[in-house]
Amino acid sequence: MSVIYLLISISILIAIGFFVAFITAVKTGQYDDDYTPSVRMLFDDELLKSTKNENKVENNEEKELDI
Amino acid sequence: MDTQNCFHCGLNIVKAEEIIFDEKKFCCNGCKTVYEIFSLNDLTCYYDFEKSPGATPQDINGKYDFLDNENIVSKLLEFQENSTAIISLNIPHIHCSSCIWILENLQRLQKGISSSQVNFPEKKVRITYNPEEVSIKTIVYLLSSIGYEPYISLENYETGANNVDRSLTYKLGVAFFCFGNIMLLSFPEYFEVKEYWLDQYRGFFRWLIFALALPSFFYSASGYYVSAFKSMRSKMLNIDIPIALGIVVMFVRSTFDIVMDYGSGFFDSLTGLIFFMLLGKMFQIKTYSFLSFERDFKSYFPIAITKINSDSLEESVPIYEVEKGDRLLIRNQELIPVDGILISEKAEIDYSFVTGEAIPITKKSGDKVFAGGKQIGKVIEMEVLHSVSQSYLTQLWSNDVFQKNVVQKHKTITDSISRYFTPILLLIAFSGFGYWIFIDANIAFNVFTAVLIVACPCALALTAPFTFGNVLRILGKQKFYLKNALVIEQLAKVDTIVFDKTGTITTNKKSNISYEGDILSDEYLLLIKNVLRASNHPLSRMLYDYLPILILTNTSANDAKKWSVGAFEEITGKGMEAHIFGHQIQIGSAAFVEKTEENNLQQTSVHIKINGVYYGKFIFNNQYRDGLAALFNNLSSGYQVKVLSGDNEGERGTLEQLLPKGTELIFNQKPEQKLEFIKNLQDKGNNVMMVGDGLNDAGALAQSNVGISISENVNVFSPACDAILDANEFQKLNYFLKLSKNSITTIKMSFTLSLLYNVVGLAFAITGNLLPLVAAIIMPLSTITIVSFVTLMSSYYASKK
Repeated sequence: MSVIYLLISISILIAIGFFVAFITAVKTGQYDDDYTPSVRMLFDDELLKSTKNENKVENNEEKELDI
Repeated sequence: MDTQNCFHCGLNIVKAEEIIFDEKKFCCNGCKTVYEIFSLNDLTCYYDFEKSPGATPQDINGKYDFLDNENIVSKLLEFQENSTAIISLNIPHIHCSSCIWILENLQRLQKGISSSQVNFPEKKVRITYNPEEVSIKTIVYLLSSIGYEPYISLENYETGANNVDRSLTYKLGVAFFCFGNIMLLSFPEYFEVKEYWLDQYRGFFRWLIFALALPSFFYSASGYYVSAFKSMRSKMLNIDIPIALGIVVMFVRSTFDIVMDYGSGFFDSLTGLIFFMLLGKMFQIKTYSFLSFERDFKSYFPIAITKINSDSLEESVPIYEVEKGDRLLIRNQELIPVDGILISEKAEIDYSFVTGEAIPITKKSGDKVFAGGKQIGKVIEMEVLHSVSQSYLTQLWSNDVFQKNVVQKHKTITDSISRYFTPILLLIAFSGFGYWIFIDANIAFNVFTAVLIVACPCALALTAPFTFGNVLRILGKQKFYLKNALVIEQLAKVDTIVFDKTGTITTNKKSNISYEGDILSDEYLLLIKNVLRASNHPLSRMLYDYLPILILTNTSANDAKKWSVGAFEEITGKGMEAHIFGHQIQIGSAAFVEKTEENNLQQTSVHIKINGVYYGKFIFNNQYRDGLAALFNNLSSGYQVKVLSGDNEGERGTLEQLLPKGTELIFNQKPEQKLEFIKNLQDKGNNVMMVGDGLNDAGALAQSNVGISISENVNVFSPACDAILDANEFQKLNYFLKLSKNSITTIKMSFTLSLLYNVVGLAFAITGNLLPLVAAIIMPLSTITIVSFVTLMSSYYASKK
């Protein structure tokens, strides 16, 4: 029967875990700007595409140097 | 003629100036250059997110020279170490996802920048860079070259560590954590299952609940104890006294219950109450982080200015170090930070920040120039008369209004109700105790605590925050931004409205231009327009925009646009002369075209002379805002309306015609006089609302009960005030006032409702029947009904135009 002590303690501990996570999130300023991240996460594709291009540009520059 | 929009900035393209590059159309070289920079660096995705998101880069030559000064730069930085530095820059142009994208990819445009992060609501970008590789000046120049000119003002000078107060969020988090877990653990008690195993674990559950209630009681609710204590000390009974009393009594009684094993106590209601009240507080705080309501002249003034040393070397010095007798160099578009005497021959000074007047004033050598003006045109030199703090304009801030920190100018509606509520509550509690003490001491104690618990004005305390929070959001959507919820109450009390004239009831966006004199042929008009295009004088730009694009019958429009302006000469402060298509055209002041003005009318005009023959003049009239007359008519039925102006009486006639009878018009008011005027009205017992715009209204705005600042561009300039109103919504002012009055009505209705709940609760309490379950039902029920009632009501009033 004493399993109830165990279960309740575990549930409280898990709750405390989430609570601590929330506090740290607030503390590090993750809730200060709640708009920009929502836009930022849509950008990843362009970033990848552009980095590839950048590499190409660098390659070209190197070639020019060779000449 | 089909209108073309610039690929970069979206402005209309004037056919003659169109630039085609990479199969895209641009309105000017600036926009094209930005596009070039982006396409060279593979950043053209910029144009994919939003259509024409850009801004034309402005000429900033020399404007940021002060960034070479190490001392100034170190004051601006957030963090600095050998190879890492962080700076936050305010960029007013940030407005769309394209902006975020380009600004977060700065590292690809400039070596040395390691990362940049945009905070969109605050319109700020935080740049981490390596000061050994790139200087802050280079970064600022880069930003300006792509159309994102940062806004650096004296206000940034002492950034320091900006501490954000997050304690309310923590408190709310703690309260919710406690509330949620306690609710869960209380369920067995609610059903009072008499099963053996639940009975056995009752103690465990109860002590766990007790432990969980502690953080909520001691930490989350701490604000209420402090506030209650303060209000008792100042002998003002506010709503926090019964709240704190209720919470403490509830805690003590519940602890007692658990210790003595009488019952489960009221910990569920206690934590729930704390949580909901904190939620209300949170809801009431609606901040517009991109706006600032506390601005003074510091946010307008530059950080540093160019000083000419005795050995005629130019040097950037911080503004505060400018002394009497110094010689300063003011460039185009730079703000004059101190009063002084003009040394250069001519200056065109735009005082729109100060007075709202858009048309610049011409000053001659030896004239006094006042702080706050913006030089337009050539570089000028001036000698300093007063240091920054002693200048004509900045002196205003030494007035008492700006010194004292007015915490609470008035009683809030909740506080004025609780002035009656608290004594009555205590009376009931003690009389209940007095009645039962003769019958049963135990019940007497129970009744006494139950009364204090159930009467805890939770619903009452929630009414105002939720109503105001909702109204604040509704107004914000309509571009009327309030500093905080208290302003709504103040708005509802207003009985006198004072308007500033220039820039407030007039608009400086467009001028009402009329022509007087001999009729100009279409051909001449076209010639004039062509000449005007070459000039950067604000009057020229306005006139240029005003003149229609004409299509001549004899010449095709295509030919016309090719007409080049030859022998163009602009004489600052006078006008311009040009030879075009064989005609000599002179545009400028009366003196310039050798025309003697018959009467000394105070009006701004541009005179036209073609081939030596005087034709006539274009007159620039004040353009009043749309719907002004209607607004004043509506307002004058419920309020005393006054117009206060720093200008001369030239417009009196027009205003008297336009505005309803009985509107008081006062002219020639200096900034301090405006402040005094408001003070006098208040001394007569009026609640004054001041509507102004420029820095010269700042004193009046601070003195008035509600100071509203009208702003053409809410992101950039507005003096310290209680509310900022977007200039386009000006005609809605009456509606906003009505809405604030209605929200007070809503609160009063909801107070009645919550008092009803208190009566029902008290009926239980006084008879000694308050079970934890009853309390647990009444508390959330009243909260939910009150919150939904006020939200619905205020939304209903808002939709009623």
